Amino acid sequence: MTVVWDIAVLGAGPAGMAAATEAAQRGAKVVLLEESPAPGGQVYRAPPPGFVMPTDADRRAGDGLRAALAASGAALRLGVRIWGVGGGPLVPAGDAPAPFRLDGLDAEGRPFDLTARTLLLCTGTQERIIPFPGWTLPGVMGLAAATILLKAQGMLPGRRVVVAGAGPLLYAVAAKLLKHGAAVAAVVDLASHGEWWRALPALSARPDLLARGAAWRAQLLLKGVPVHAGARIAAAEGVAVLEAVRLQKLQAGPERRIEADSLCIGHGLVPAIEASRAFRAQHRYEPGLGGWVPVLDAEFRSSVPGLLVAGDGAGLRGAAAAPASGRIAALAALRDLGLMSSITHAKACAPHKLDFAQAARAGGAMAAMMALRPALVAAIPPETLVCRCEGVTRAAIDAALDEGALSMNQLKQFSRCGMGPCQGRLCGEAAAELLARRVGGREAAGFATGRLPLRPVPMDALLGEFDYADIPVPAAAPI
Amino acid sequence: MKYDVAVIGAGVMGCSTALHLARAGMKVVLLDRGPICREASGVNAGTLTMQMTRAALIPYALRAYEMWLRMAEWCDGGHVLATACPGLSVAFTEQEAAMLEERARIRASAGAPIEIVSAARAREIEPGLSQHALLAGHCPMDGFASAYLTGRAFRPALLKAGVDLREDCVVRDVDPGFTLDTAAGRMDARRLVLAGGVWLGEMAGWLGVPLPIKTLINQLVVTERMEPVMRTVLGVASGLLSLKQYANGTVLIGGGWQGIGDNARGGIAVKPESFLGNVRLAAHAVPALREARVVRAWLGLEAETADALPAIGPIPGVADAWIIGSVHSGYTSGPYMGRILAQAILGEAPELPLFPIDRLLAKENAA
Repeated sequence: MTVVWDIAVLGAGPAGMAAATEAAQRGAKVVLLEESPAPGGQVYRAPPPGFVMPTDADRRAGDGLRAALAASGAALRLGVRIWGVGGGPLVPAGDAPAPFRLDGLDAEGRPFDLTARTLLLCTGTQERIIPFPGWTLPGVMGLAAATILLKAQGMLPGRRVVVAGAGPLLYAVAAKLLKHGAAVAAVVDLASHGEWWRALPALSARPDLLARGAAWRAQLLLKGVPVHAGARIAAAEGVAVLEAVRLQKLQAGPERRIEADSLCIGHGLVPAIEASRAFRAQHRYEPGLGGWVPVLDAEFRSSVPGLLVAGDGAGLRGAAAAPASGRIAALAALRDLGLMSSITHAKACAPHKLDFAQAARAGGAMAAMMALRPALVAAIPPETLVCRCEGVTRAAIDAALDEGALSMNQLKQFSRCGMGPCQGRLCGEAAAELLARRVGGREAAGFATGRLPLRPVPMDALLGEFDYADIPVPAAAPI
Repeated sequence: MKYDVAVIGAGVMGCSTALHLARAGMKVVLLDRGPICREASGVNAGTLTMQMTRAALIPYALRAYEMWLRMAEWCDGGHVLATACPGLSVAFTEQEAAMLEERARIRASAGAPIEIVSAARAREIEPGLSQHALLAGHCPMDGFASAYLTGRAFRPALLKAGVDLREDCVVRDVDPGFTLDTAAGRMDARRLVLAGGVWLGEMAGWLGVPLPIKTLINQLVVTERMEPVMRTVLGVASGLLSLKQYANGTVLIGGGWQGIGDNARGGIAVKPESFLGNVRLAAHAVPALREARVVRAWLGLEAETADALPAIGPIPGVADAWIIGSVHSGYTSGPYMGRILAQAILGEAPELPLFPIDRLLAKENAA
């Protein structure tokens, strides 16, 4: 039988890298699993092999984490797609909890599985995009998607770009676009100037981040990029591809048309909770942390014994706070596994808890700015697609709600919203908000039941070669 | 106010019973602890096949099949996209061929229009069928529905018929007479219908009736939309596969492979080995499925009595209390079962006999 790992860490962003490093350095048998070909995550993304990219602050921080990870002795499985999670509490009634089990496809597309005594989820976030007319036109992409293009390969999303949405990513992307030679036609920020001013005291907890933000802003000023604060994209226009965007102040007023061949837009980030949902861990709705988050103790233990969650997937606090949360969680896991005394644990934890508190204060202020804005959902016109996988419009969702859909599961059944390949990752926020308006809030609206596979999985790879005789067909049904 | 009847459990059995009773003039309250048709009735494979139906239930299933295909006519326009198509039950080994022939013969004598056809003929009917098939049972009367639409289909008709539909309204206990202790307060009813799926055993317990019900945790898998790869409902001799492709291109893979779960927690986890076995069997039957991507697997809870035949009829020893459920392939036969139970409650002779539960209780006492 295969090894049972002490700790399996899912996701090699800053939280996962730090956690795996911490645990492996202290002697635990650790495996770190990551979908990308290199560790780094979104913020500290490494360029693909053979690409030479200029070194910036993110790159240096990422390289530091990568070097420590490589030296730590943690096993790395890169380019893998984990489609299944099981074990833990997911056993027949009366059985003792089992080791955690992960099922995946390796970098060559071959199936594998592994078991671990502890599972630490560092799966980060996914982007929130609240639909608006034209949002499915080619040329419109997520803000986070644009950072992947820029960070990994210095690739421009377009020549004349409008950057829109919420949070610090707006300015990071706009500045990077300028640096790589694109024209930024406008930055359209949902937040007002007042909101940014009010966030300043919290941001001052991390002067380094504050300085970077100021530098981004200065570059925009220098290049004369117009920044529209307190404004939203009312529509994207174009026959086959994006040609222009229309923007409008949040307090209504006239619309303004700006020609562009690319719109990078993001309305914040949402913790990726597919795996913790599959384990039926307790979750709560915290708009300031990005939405639904697992219920965790101060050391990132979930309600499921042996299951921990760190990084932005535990609630948005930013990349700067993520390594500390990963280390705290890793130390908690070591303590729970009996691999570390309580004294050593307390001593080891203390500095990371301080780090985390400081970085989380700044990150939390940014997260609050990226919280879902109900006004955007209210403004979705009836004919606009909400679920692009299944072609479900706002009007169809309203019709299902009129017909009595009471929960996310039922809304899905009545409308097919969220039944496609994205399984609600793209449409879920808008759909849940529409439902929440009828049933009295997001807690009441709930979320769709978490099921496998965590990502769509190609059947051919999964099946492999097999003999019919080896399929464990159960006993025949009665006649 | 006193209801003429309280129906507990708003799945397909409860909805059909409630609808037929209300249309006959009764004042009906229909209660469910969750939303309408959110358990087995809303998450099953929607197979409307005779080749997985137990022989004793074929006459019922044939009538229910017609009801599903014409649902809009009797359900105020509500429907579940029921689609008629041929059905094939396939054998891949000599042993399965023998089982297939025997089962086809038994089901045919019960009234299902099933004939055994050669592999070549089966591939004419279903060009997507693999070369591994040796033999097939062919039933021109087959089809499928989109089970997820069931609640949406029934709801307006129930409301129009005057049913007091109480979703998200748990019933905690029932006192003789009948007084229901519910999340919305006490409710009184002259008659009681228990239609609670796998929770029928617990419900019968309210009345002091020991009714053992076994829970099956059935697994389902759905693919992304894909080009047409099949045009029939496809199964295997053992009943452990059901395959069909919907108009939108998704292929639904079922057959009753077991996941992990129970009455208290519901279906909590797909077993990786069941998942893999089920999709391998599917790809063995329709090789083009190898090109698919699996989007989701889920679980639905099916009730089964000791003899795997239904529990439909009066509850012995409790006047005016009735039960309906534990019907093998219950979705297929569901709307018709509700109709005949309603006939019995209304004092009419049911079109076809019910399945009284005395036999199940007697077995319990003997044991």
